[in-house]
Amino acid sequence: MIALLLRDLRLSVRSGGGFGLGLAFFLLVATLVPFGVGAEAAVLSRIASGILWVGALLACLLSLDRIFALDHEDGSLDLLATAPIPLEGVAAVKAAAHWIVTGLPLTLIAPVLGVLLSLPGAGYAPLVLSLLLGTPALSAIGTFGAALTVGVRRGGLLMSLLVLPLYVPTLIFGAEVARRGAAGLDNSTALLMLGGITAGTMALLPFASAAAIRAGLR
Amino acid sequence: MSIWEYANPKRFMQTSGALLPWVSIAAVILTVAGLVWGFFFTPDDYRQGSTVKIIYLHVPSAMMAINIWIMMLVTSIIWLVRRHHVSALAAKAAAPIGLTMTLIALVTGAFWGQPMWGTWWAWDPRLTAFLILFLFYLGYIALWEAIESPDGAADLTSILCIVGSVFALLSRYAVLFWNQGLHQGASLSMDKREHVADVFWLPLLVSIAGFVLGFVALMLLRTRTEIRSRRLRALEARERMS
Repeated sequence: MIALLLRDLRLSVRSGGGFGLGLAFFLLVATLVPFGVGAEAAVLSRIASGILWVGALLACLLSLDRIFALDHEDGSLDLLATAPIPLEGVAAVKAAAHWIVTGLPLTLIAPVLGVLLSLPGAGYAPLVLSLLLGTPALSAIGTFGAALTVGVRRGGLLMSLLVLPLYVPTLIFGAEVARRGAAGLDNSTALLMLGGITAGTMALLPFASAAAIRAGLR
Repeated sequence: MSIWEYANPKRFMQTSGALLPWVSIAAVILTVAGLVWGFFFTPDDYRQGSTVKIIYLHVPSAMMAINIWIMMLVTSIIWLVRRHHVSALAAKAAAPIGLTMTLIALVTGAFWGQPMWGTWWAWDPRLTAFLILFLFYLGYIALWEAIESPDGAADLTSILCIVGSVFALLSRYAVLFWNQGLHQGASLSMDKREHVADVFWLPLLVSIAGFVLGFVALMLLRTRTEIRSRRLRALEARERMS
């Protein structure tokens, strides 16, 4: 499983893997928003944490179809399905790899973009914390969506339609943690719920993903 | 004699064919009776005026929107566990009806909200949860359409339905946490203290019964259509082979 994780990481970092595209997209979203809503610092600082959450979510979404599509094309997914490690483990590893190349860099770059969007000083720690807690859930849910559409040609748009409603609870709690933190309110309830969602999706969704891959490959 | 006998498509076709006209007629009678009774023979509410009559469309469709998803959940689990094709096809047949019910609930709600709350839409927990349910129906139907192999499509949509149910519930509570709203609580409940007055309640019950039977009739009809198109495809395949 560690070998598979390393392989996935290497594939996505090397040329053609699309590493960094998500980050560039995230940067673009943060740049475009002030053009759309106006550059007053008061408005921006109020919506900054929400914008960053939505941007991170969309950046995650963009990179999802790479999780299984390339493996499906060159046949290595069939090999993985017949490999001695369980398919549930493969799904979990794929989600972990996706998080390391997408979720983790997004979390690290978010404070920098927070400066661009004039996020209030108290908001940085909750923003990073909420993204750190929430992005694994985004990767786990996204892996499930990618697994559902693995056999579908041009499934990108369909996958977005399937995955976005599933992202709603994570987004609500994640953005709530960041927003309340920035406003100096108590955010422990939302934080606990976010942690619960992440733990639950990471534990359960690999099984659903594996079932979907099996159905897709049959 | 058990319910599993209807997993046999032939048996299902026989019984549903015999049942369908009666259920359809009863559905039409009850729906028309409930709506006419509600629209023309109930008094106006003393605060809401005649807009209260939207309730006869709004409440039944909203109830059905949720119940149809639950029914799809049950049939999906049956498909995954026992591999009965009729079950998967019933879920497929029910989804567009559920989508329509959700749409009716949303639209009538908007028409009701405009004069009462002064707004067509508010980011209220119930409203938002229904919008998300609408998106779930859309995704479910799109997934059915996208996959060619019928068994594969049934498998994947069943998995989506199960996972989607969990997330729909989760969204409901998340949205409740996110925003407190305008929408009132339950209007119908078993204990008598907190529901609408009898004059409005009886026609409402009739029209709910009409909507339920209407759903059953449409669902049977659509399932029969699906079974027939399956048979047609099988016949075509056999033709090509020979």
